[in-house]
Amino acid sequence: MIEFWLIPVVMMLVIVGLFPPIAGYIVLVERKVLADMQVRLGPMRVGPHGLLQPLADALKLLLKEDIIPRDSDKGIFYVAPILSMFTAFVAFGVVPFSEQFRIADVNVGLLVISALGSVGILGIVLGGWSSNSHYPLLGALRSSAQLVSYELAMGLGLVCGVMSAGTLSMVQIVRNQQTQGVWYVFDNWGAMAPAFLIFFIAAVAETNRSPFDLPEAESELVAGFHTEYSGFRWALYMLAEYGNIFVVSAVSVTLFWGGWLRPFPSVGWLEVPLNYGVPFLLFAGPGIASIVLLAPKLKYAPHRYGMLVVGGALTLVGAILLIPAVNAVAAAPFWFLLKVAFFLYVMIWFRGTFPRYRYDQLMDIGWKVLIPLGLGTIALNAVVGMI
Amino acid sequence: MTLEAFFFYAFTTLALGGATLAITRRSAVHAAISLMVSLLGVAGLYLLLNAEFLFVSQIILYIGGILLLFLFVIMLVNLDAGRGLRQFHQRWPLGAAVTAIAGVAFAILWSRAKLPPSQTMPDVGNVELVADTLLQDYLVPFEVVSLLLLVAVVGSVLLARKRA
Amino acid sequence: MNPAAFYPTATDYLRFLPELILTIGGVLLLVLEALTGDNKDKSSLGYLAIAVVLGAMFAVPVALANPGTSFNGMIVSDGFAAFFRMVTLLVGLFTLLCSTSYLSREKANTGEFYLLVLFSLAGQGIMAASNELIMVFLGLEIASISSYVLAGFLRDDKRGSEAALKYFLLGSFATAFLLYGISWIYGVTGATNLVAIRESLAAGTSGNSMAVAAAALMLIGLAFKVSAAPFQAWAPDVYQGAPAPVSGFLSAGPKAAAFAIFLRIFQTSFESFSSRYEPVLWILALATMLVGNFSALWQSNVKRMLAYSSIAHAGYVLVAVTTNSNVGTAAAMFYLAAYALMNFGAFAAVTHLAGRGESHVTIDDLKGLASKQPVVAGLLTVCLLSLTGVPLTAGFFGKFYIFKAAIDNHLYWLSALGLLNSAIAAYYYLRILAAMYMHEPKTTDHPEPVPGGIQLTMWFSAAGILTLGVFPGLVLDYANRFATFVK
Repeated sequence: MIEFWLIPVVMMLVIVGLFPPIAGYIVLVERKVLADMQVRLGPMRVGPHGLLQPLADALKLLLKEDIIPRDSDKGIFYVAPILSMFTAFVAFGVVPFSEQFRIADVNVGLLVISALGSVGILGIVLGGWSSNSHYPLLGALRSSAQLVSYELAMGLGLVCGVMSAGTLSMVQIVRNQQTQGVWYVFDNWGAMAPAFLIFFIAAVAETNRSPFDLPEAESELVAGFHTEYSGFRWALYMLAEYGNIFVVSAVSVTLFWGGWLRPFPSVGWLEVPLNYGVPFLLFAGPGIASIVLLAPKLKYAPHRYGMLVVGGALTLVGAILLIPAVNAVAAAPFWFLLKVAFFLYVMIWFRGTFPRYRYDQLMDIGWKVLIPLGLGTIALNAVVGMI
Repeated sequence: MTLEAFFFYAFTTLALGGATLAITRRSAVHAAISLMVSLLGVAGLYLLLNAEFLFVSQIILYIGGILLLFLFVIMLVNLDAGRGLRQFHQRWPLGAAVTAIAGVAFAILWSRAKLPPSQTMPDVGNVELVADTLLQDYLVPFEVVSLLLLVAVVGSVLLARKRA
Repeated sequence: MNPAAFYPTATDYLRFLPELILTIGGVLLLVLEALTGDNKDKSSLGYLAIAVVLGAMFAVPVALANPGTSFNGMIVSDGFAAFFRMVTLLVGLFTLLCSTSYLSREKANTGEFYLLVLFSLAGQGIMAASNELIMVFLGLEIASISSYVLAGFLRDDKRGSEAALKYFLLGSFATAFLLYGISWIYGVTGATNLVAIRESLAAGTSGNSMAVAAAALMLIGLAFKVSAAPFQAWAPDVYQGAPAPVSGFLSAGPKAAAFAIFLRIFQTSFESFSSRYEPVLWILALATMLVGNFSALWQSNVKRMLAYSSIAHAGYVLVAVTTNSNVGTAAAMFYLAAYALMNFGAFAAVTHLAGRGESHVTIDDLKGLASKQPVVAGLLTVCLLSLTGVPLTAGFFGKFYIFKAAIDNHLYWLSALGLLNSAIAAYYYLRILAAMYMHEPKTTDHPEPVPGGIQLTMWFSAAGILTLGVFPGLVLDYANRFATFVK
């Protein structure tokens, strides 16, 4: 009887407690990846290879002065970032990390995420408006128009997935992929792949990520809707943004990429090599590599020892995952998080690759390309799925 | 008070309070936010009735769609110009009187009414029930709604497009 | 888990055929309009729309030949529905005939006009044939939203835009009342099907007093739509500001359809407490007649005068509704058909006479019309005489049957007051006749030729008025046969 509430409660505490530092590290990864794409090194000073940079950033944001513009609409100004972050975090509640690790299995889970996303937009719009300043207002305007437009396309992509799954419950969607023995992105003889692409493009726009980051376009609008925010309120917006990109990646994974299932979930003999081999290689490989290759090159002694500790820890995690009892529980969330991490990487990759769209291009893509394509994809999948 | 009763009154308060604020606030954005609170209250009532599909649809459509467009329009117009204007509806006493009379009339009728026994939702998937009802029993209204929306789209484009 | 699976059959579609044709035709026009260039002449689309309406008219007997409910009780195809479908389609046909020349005169020749008329007709057809409150609401909204846009179709015209806005705001307000009533009815009876509501109320298992409140709310909503006093305030402004063919359309088509659902709902679902709403209808009918006729007396603008006259005529029909009997229903049906002919005939004449920009719409502008354009004046005279209720016209028999039904149902006072009202009404119709025949023309400029569509409309309505004035049985027998509802 204890298990009924224990896991959800622990999960909640873990997510609320751990996601902020994780978001910090996603930022670090983002900076590092972008730096690598631009042949730079990225943050290197705080900790070995900048590994402690997120902590420094968090400390800075906490200690910064909380500036509230005099003519702002104070009540709304206070609440807006909280609204954004609140909705982003609540969305985690219906994301299943694995069969055991989930908070709630809601009958309409997918729609709940959609609904929370649409309420979260209000945080951006109201924040931009309440600042009583030009750039934030423009950012808020752009954001409301953009999000309303792309929500439709995203919904059309989701409908395709739901047609294959026959349910809106996030857990049941994954279970159905297990019984049908296929990740839905490969379903219907490939007809689902465009549905996923439409969904993902719209999801990138929904989360205000580049190349659709017009609400905060720094080269035109200073910082868009959060220009007037500083200190920890600004950090709340950042948290919300990274929470949202985590959630949309999780939805992509759950609906299209098999959730917590390993690749080839119906091929039995692959279980051992995949469930044991991949985690071990992924953790121990970089761990050993950082001990052998990275650490010796660092001149500054604390950094060198730090790197050794990090490498050791990674190797240790890889080793722990080889214990059968641990592996049985951890393999599913491992696959889930690995896929989510892949999509987070793709979003960073987009940012490093694509130039930002102009506003009219953005609207054209939403209304004239994605929505007709989405409707076509639904029709195609409806027909192919019936065969 | 049971938990259900507590939530019922909480959501009702949200719905009614939000609605009242929506028509009394001077600032258009505050009114829109109050409306959002009211709509959330209604959504909560749907949830209490085990109609979770309706609950989520209400939030997606009204808050994520309609209210957001309200805010979009409000931000486009110059609010400062409106703030200085005298409110032209000066008939609060009349409105209050009519509301009170209608309320009393409804209360009297309500007290005399024989209401059908309340029904509980069968515990099958709410989405499935909605789908079955919508695409079988109410197939024609469901299709006719699309005609209604088409007319609305054509009409609004026609009235709003640039003058030739 | 599955409720009794429902699959539409071919008969279901046949019973819904007129609306299907209108909808498909409208969508086809929408596509064609988008494909033809912006500067092309769009009147060919108007002819196509006329063909669609004619096709729908041929589909009405097909629907009638398959009586019964279709699509799980959503739509009912009976004689009553067929009658009102035919009336609204006739009005739509007139509108389209008059509007091709009107639109090119006003330099607004865009194809959307025609498809909005078609969609509005589809909505009215749904209203006429609906057997379910949800369908009533949808039909009403489709018809109304098309009408709002049609009223403001000439966007550069300030009065037209004002008309559209007023119509939209008040119409939406009225719809809200109707919808609130519908939701109450669903709450107390658990049904939206008209027959099911009736059964639930008759069985006495549901809250009767709340059903009365719901009926009152729906009455308010419908009274708005038929422009009954005290909910008539929008009509004069809208009819005056809207383009003349649209005013004719609004005053005859949607009104007839609104009366159709009025009759159907109140005589099917709410019959069990008819004694409780009869006094309300009594007052409503009298007030509507009085307000319409007395306001019309002072008008100098012909369109505005016809608007008030249309309110007054709604009052006469309400007298028939008040009787709550099959005879009354038949009288209302006959009257609405006759009214569609005579009122649209008058509006067709106004459409032509108003001239570019509708600048000649006062009674003064009609002075000496008889000597300038004797044919137009003659045809308008027939319509006006019929609106007055002179014998040998359809209007006479319309009023005759209504007041006969009222007297049969012991509504003596209402009949007496109604007759008095029609005497008052004679004054303002005769004013126009006097202006046309007894005055010299103000100007001597050569009159413009009457466009073919308007000519056709006027000849047709005059012929119809006179035919019904001599042989009322042609329509009345039909109305009498089908004035009962499936219960």
